[in-house]
Order: sequence, then C-alpha cells, then structure tokens
Amino acid sequence: MKDHGRRPSRGLLVLLLLACFTVITLDVQGGSHSPVAPLRAAAGTVFGPVEDAAATAVRPFRAVPQFFHTTGGLRAEVARLHAQNDALRGRLATSTYARNQAAELDGLLRTSRDTGYALVPARVIAMGAAQSFTRTVTIDAGTSSGVYPDMTVLNNDGLVGRVVRANRTTATVLLIVDQESVVGGRLGSSMELGFLRGRGETGSAGRLDLQLVDRSVIPRHGDVVVSWGSNDDRPYVAGIPIGRVESVRSSPRELSTRAVIAPFVDFSSLDLVGVVVNPDTHSDRPLIKAGRIASAGGAPLASTAGGGR
Amino acid sequence: MAATRGMVLALTVLLAVVLQVSVFSYLTVAGVAPNLALLVVVAVALVRGPDLAAVVGFLAGLAVDLAPPADHVAGRWALALVIVGYLAGRVRPDARTSAFAAVVTVAACSFVGTSVYAMGGMLLHDPDLSAVDALGVIGVSVGYDVLLTPFVLPLLMRLFRRLDPQQAAY
Repeated sequence: MKDHGRRPSRGLLVLLLLACFTVITLDVQGGSHSPVAPLRAAAGTVFGPVEDAAATAVRPFRAVPQFFHTTGGLRAEVARLHAQNDALRGRLATSTYARNQAAELDGLLRTSRDTGYALVPARVIAMGAAQSFTRTVTIDAGTSSGVYPDMTVLNNDGLVGRVVRANRTTATVLLIVDQESVVGGRLGSSMELGFLRGRGETGSAGRLDLQLVDRSVIPRHGDVVVSWGSNDDRPYVAGIPIGRVESVRSSPRELSTRAVIAPFVDFSSLDLVGVVVNPDTHSDRPLIKAGRIASAGGAPLASTAGGGR
Repeated sequence: MAATRGMVLALTVLLAVVLQVSVFSYLTVAGVAPNLALLVVVAVALVRGPDLAAVVGFLAGLAVDLAPPADHVAGRWALALVIVGYLAGRVRPDARTSAFAAVVTVAACSFVGTSVYAMGGMLLHDPDLSAVDALGVIGVSVGYDVLLTPFVLPLLMRLFRRLDPQQAAY
C-alpha cells in the first residue's frame, strides 16, 4: 500500500535521460578514442566468458528442435518410447553436429592451404539481433590468442568480416553484410575493382551491393568476387572469395552499374571461423598454417577450437 | 536485504542480456531475437513502479549497449529502456488489472523501446537506415516479445514480488 498513488520522481527520470545523452554524446564525439571504450572492454571481460559458457551449453542442442515435430501420445508406453527416442535422436543430433564441425574444420584447413594464410581458429559465441541494426558477432578468441582489431575473419566458405574490437578472451567481428561495412572487391573474370557494401540483412536474403570503380565495366552474371586486399593486409587480406554476381542493374541516374552479390558465407549459421594472423604470432591455441595445424600452443586443436565430442 | 535485492536484480539483467545474444541468437525470427532485457524492465515496472524501473532500464540498457557483440553508439538502448521503464511504470495501475492488459503493455513498450533505439540510429547515422526497413524489424520484434510474454513475464513478476513483498503489495 506504501507507494500507491505516489508520484513518480521527475527528477530521477530527467537525471537518467541526461545520463543517457551524456553517454551517447561521449561515444559519438570520442570516435575511435571514445571514453566509453574502456567501459566496453570491461563489459567484454565480464560478459565474454558468460556468453562463451552459455553458447557452449546450448551448442549440442542446436539441431535438436527439428526432431520434436510430433506430439507424443498419452499412454505410458508411448511416452517411454518417446523418451528413449529423443535420447537417441539427441545423440544423433550431436553426432550430426560433430560431423558438420569436422567438415568445417577440414574446410578451414583447405582454405589455409589454398591461400597460404595462417589462421587462428575460433567459434562464434554470440550474435547481435536484427533490432540492434548492426550485424556483429562475438568470437571466443581474443588478444591472448593473437587476435587484434582490423584482422580478417573468414570461414570455409569465404570472407566473414573483420575484427573491430578485441578483449583478452573474446573479440567482436563486424560482418561484411553490415550496413556500415565496405570491402574492396575484385571481379574474378576481369580483375576489375569495386566496393562491396552490406545491406544489413543476414540469412538467405542477405546480399551485398557491388559498385565498380570503372563505370564502363558491366559485371557478368555468376562472376565470382574476391577480396581486393588492403594495405598491409589490414583490415582485409587479398584473394578471399566473397560471393557471386546475382543480378546487375544500371541506372542512368547513378551513372554507374551496381551488381547484387550473393555471399558464399551463410551468416545466420556461422560457427567455426578463422582469423588471419601473422604466421609468427604468439597464440595460446594452435595456429592453422599452410593447411596443417601447427602445435604452437601444445594443446590439440579439438580441445581449444572444438570443445566437442 | 537491499544488497540481496540488488544482486538478484543485477543477476536477472545479466542473464537476460547473455541469453539474448548467445542462446536466442539460434532462435531468431528474420534475424530478430526477443528483447529479454526489455521484458525484465517491464516486469520491474509492473511490480515496483516507474522509479526503480527507470534505473533498472538504464543499467540493463547500458549492459546491452556495452556487452559484446554490440557495436553501436553506447547509450542508445539505455535511453530506450529508461523510457520503457518509466512508461510501463506509469501505466502500472491499468496494466495489472488483467493478463491481456499486461500483454498490451509489453507490446506498447516493445514498440516504443525499439522505435526510440531505431530513431537514435537514424539521427546519429549509426547506421543510416530507412524508416521502412526499421518498421519491418520493429514489427517482428514486437511480435516476438509478445509471443514470449506469457512464458517470461509471470515468472519475472513473481520473482520480483517475492523479493520485496511490502513494496509490491498493492
């Protein structure tokens, strides 16, 4: 009965709103040297391990929901058989998952062999939701594994994104489908250069827009786009496949042709990724070099990158 | 006792933020995950009123803004959830009359919260998104939050009520 009819405190609300505006202003004005950066680092240190633990806990069950389409019967026998079935299917789901995981690792080894880059294997432990309007993920490798901002992230299918922030044990990756992301790309057939911008959508509808530097060139349908590569390999290394030209539209108004690119990577089901590092990097987990797992840290890969059965 | 209350509240917020990005990222609808932090703030508002809800909204919002993989301008979700906490607290006498009223409150809060966040992005060009895209995402987000309300909100409200029976008795 105590607070019935009590007026809410205006002062408190104003104070909190001002605090919000202060934080926003500090973060916007600060740019890359924002005073909020240490706070972010601290939050990463606190939330990173918890997110890692939560992701590890639910990972084996990722394939399970699709097995529960039927409603169980009422009799005890049916229930018992269902329980048994689900247990077996759960095991099957885990083994399917382990198989997929092995395939991804094989792919990563192949990528490393084909491109010659040294990779730090890492897993995606958290993804940003669409209502945040930024497409970012957290990976479970940080500065202790040799991962630093502005490094290229890829997986067995192609280019994933770049590291924007790294804590000791986790790092935040900006996906190339994010609206803020711009990647230099090269058309595989004609070697023409262009810029790829994300549309902010993941999933099967996720697309990139390619704008070519030379406006007279018209990309061909089905042409493969690879990364152009930045100065000093940061933030993007060269020659990583990005996607395929899906459609081309040219408008007289824009004075240039735009191609729509379907990325090779399925961003909604990202799991095992590799971060391109210097081959001499000191890392607490084994690096993948030239298609082989180098025993830099001593521990076998399965225990650090896999964690699975 | 106040320390225990604070701890439980903080843990609930932490859990909501972590579940939102790690577990529910596998259960997204068109990329949208349910906004559990918002549900926690609404539950606090319905049990304890606008003052505490605004404070919890601020802290929960900051957690969403700062916890990886967030990469937007910090303070945007904090602003949205402060407003949500205050509004939900103000409509508390009406929202507590029926389950339907509570669901409507969640829908309104989800709409207001996500819209405030999206409009902040439009003003700051972070990123430069169009109103049409934003509205689509906001619609899905409201739907998902409402869908989860019957499962999450009663649990949270019971927890907060048990935490402080005197303040909550009403």
